[in-house]
Amino acid sequence: MIYNIPYIAVAALILIGLYAVIFKRNLIKIVIGITLIENGVNLFLITLAFREGSIAPIYREGQNQIMSLPVPHALTLTSIVIGVAVLALMLSLIIHLYRHYNTLDAHKIGREQE
Amino acid sequence: MNIIDDIILHSPALIVAIPLLGAFLTPLVSKINDKLRNIFVIFIVLFTSAIVLLLANDIYLVCGKIHTYVFGGNAPITEGGFAIRILFEVDGLNIFMALIATILAIAGVIYSWAFMKENTGLDKYYTLYLLMIAGMYGMILTGDMFNFFVFLEITSIASCALIAFWTNKGKAIDAGFKYIVVSATGALFVLFAIAILYGQYNALNMAVLASKIQFSFLDKIALVILISGLAMKAGIVPMHMWLPDAYGRAPASVTLILVGVTQASLYGALRMIFTLYGGKLTTTMNQIGDVSIDLNLVLGIFIVGLALLTIFIGVLMALKENNFKRMIAFAAVAEIGYMILAIGAALTTVFSTNDAGTGMMALKGGVFHILNDALDVGLLFLVAGAIYYATKETSLNQLGGLARNMKYTTIFFLIGLLAVSGMPPMNGFASKLIIYESTYQVNPILSIIAILCSILLLAVFVKVFHSAFLGPKLPKFDNVKEVPKSMLLAMGIIATIIIFIGLFPDMVVNYIVQPAVNALTNNSNYISNVIGGI
Repeated sequence: MIYNIPYIAVAALILIGLYAVIFKRNLIKIVIGITLIENGVNLFLITLAFREGSIAPIYREGQNQIMSLPVPHALTLTSIVIGVAVLALMLSLIIHLYRHYNTLDAHKIGREQE
Repeated sequence: MNIIDDIILHSPALIVAIPLLGAFLTPLVSKINDKLRNIFVIFIVLFTSAIVLLLANDIYLVCGKIHTYVFGGNAPITEGGFAIRILFEVDGLNIFMALIATILAIAGVIYSWAFMKENTGLDKYYTLYLLMIAGMYGMILTGDMFNFFVFLEITSIASCALIAFWTNKGKAIDAGFKYIVVSATGALFVLFAIAILYGQYNALNMAVLASKIQFSFLDKIALVILISGLAMKAGIVPMHMWLPDAYGRAPASVTLILVGVTQASLYGALRMIFTLYGGKLTTTMNQIGDVSIDLNLVLGIFIVGLALLTIFIGVLMALKENNFKRMIAFAAVAEIGYMILAIGAALTTVFSTNDAGTGMMALKGGVFHILNDALDVGLLFLVAGAIYYATKETSLNQLGGLARNMKYTTIFFLIGLLAVSGMPPMNGFASKLIIYESTYQVNPILSIIAILCSILLLAVFVKVFHSAFLGPKLPKFDNVKEVPKSMLLAMGIIATIIIFIGLFPDMVVNYIVQPAVNALTNNSNYISNVIGGI
């Protein structure tokens, strides 16, 4: 049971994130929701890599312990870097939106007549 | 070994690497001279296109040939016999999509020359433009799941920044924000599905995964998440709300590439369904009570349902829309519906033993329509951009009588109009006819709805043609001139290809579409090329 807790956390993070993206009206909260989904997925990848009692995958002499799988770690790192880029882009768009509309309410943005 | 062979050998890497390198050199070249930068960008795109054509020639030379490219030095081979490296695997379908991307990219950069001339920040524009093209090629050519995700994100970041390029307009930024929210969520879904598959089979390579896949309960979840994530990016109906905004607010040259990106996501869905899960879709029965249903049937019917919704909503929203570009965007939604209608109809039949011919034909129509839709909708967006360039108007209520001043643009719009609504001498007719015929054999109602919606689409565009181009000359448009030559050239390239495909559809189907369909249905070929080949 104790080893399933990370998976429960993954499901919780993704669902909370989805809830925020779909139902929240504040743009910053939507961005937080996306970050939560991303963290959930990253946590899932890391959890997949872990084995009970494993050490970091660095070879040393005279050591014979099991190691956790390095590939998901590499994937997670890439995913984090991409996530930072997306986050920065979204926040900069929010700055522009706030300058235009003086609000962060998604219902009041982009509704003006041309 | 001469240099051409060398280029062909490394072409999958070069096709992605050259635009990527060009993207980061553009700001430097831009410091010297603006004109030099434009020439540099066009040169980069043309050079990439030449490599794509070389690779295409190489692949079409031998029937069913697959070009596999392994990144890195000597490939370490495991006991299973495949390389643990990032692989690019190019078969008939990949190269078909790459050809579409090539046409769009060439037309896009030529169009940008005059269209974006009066804007500032063009060095950033061209950097992002090339990044978007590189990402699109990467999505299309890669044979690795995680690599696919990375390119998906590269494309969405670049295209989001370009959609919001006109930051002085609030609605453009709003469209960009909507796009990035939808595509980031979609891409994370895809990554989650990739993680599920990786956790079970310890592989990221599509071919290796396809050979190992067991179709357990987790695999089904992964399939649903993958398809919903990619459908978000492709703009299939419940997730289409970002598409009219993004297509409508972006500069027309960007919209053209966005059409290509949408098709690339659709390609991703096709690749996942047919190659990754293709071998196992029929063997798995889904027990509901006492009745057992093949999974491909469930998936097919579900996709057909989504397709009908997509066509309906796209056409009906296009009917009531007043903004020129948004209206074309809704028509583009409807066109995506036609593709997935054919794909869904193909899924229900292509794996069965007695009815495989219908499925093959539907698939042929669907794949052919990907090419035609990219060209038709692309041309219409370019015309809409040209009208915006000449008049600074987007609302159809304000336009009128433009045929007197812009005769070439009018002709191009007429070509696009006939093509998108599936009228005979144009390419849209060729693919839509195949779709009607094949869906009729699956279920007559499907093809009736498809034809009706096509007629409605014609009505929509005739209305636009009348209100924008015909009618009395408006005094405020007295000074409107024909658009510059580079924009006409870009529209001309696409219009020529549209007419060519319309006149010789057999040739295109036999030489380009058939290999793509064969590659889709024959996934064992795709698998054996990686597992046994290296």
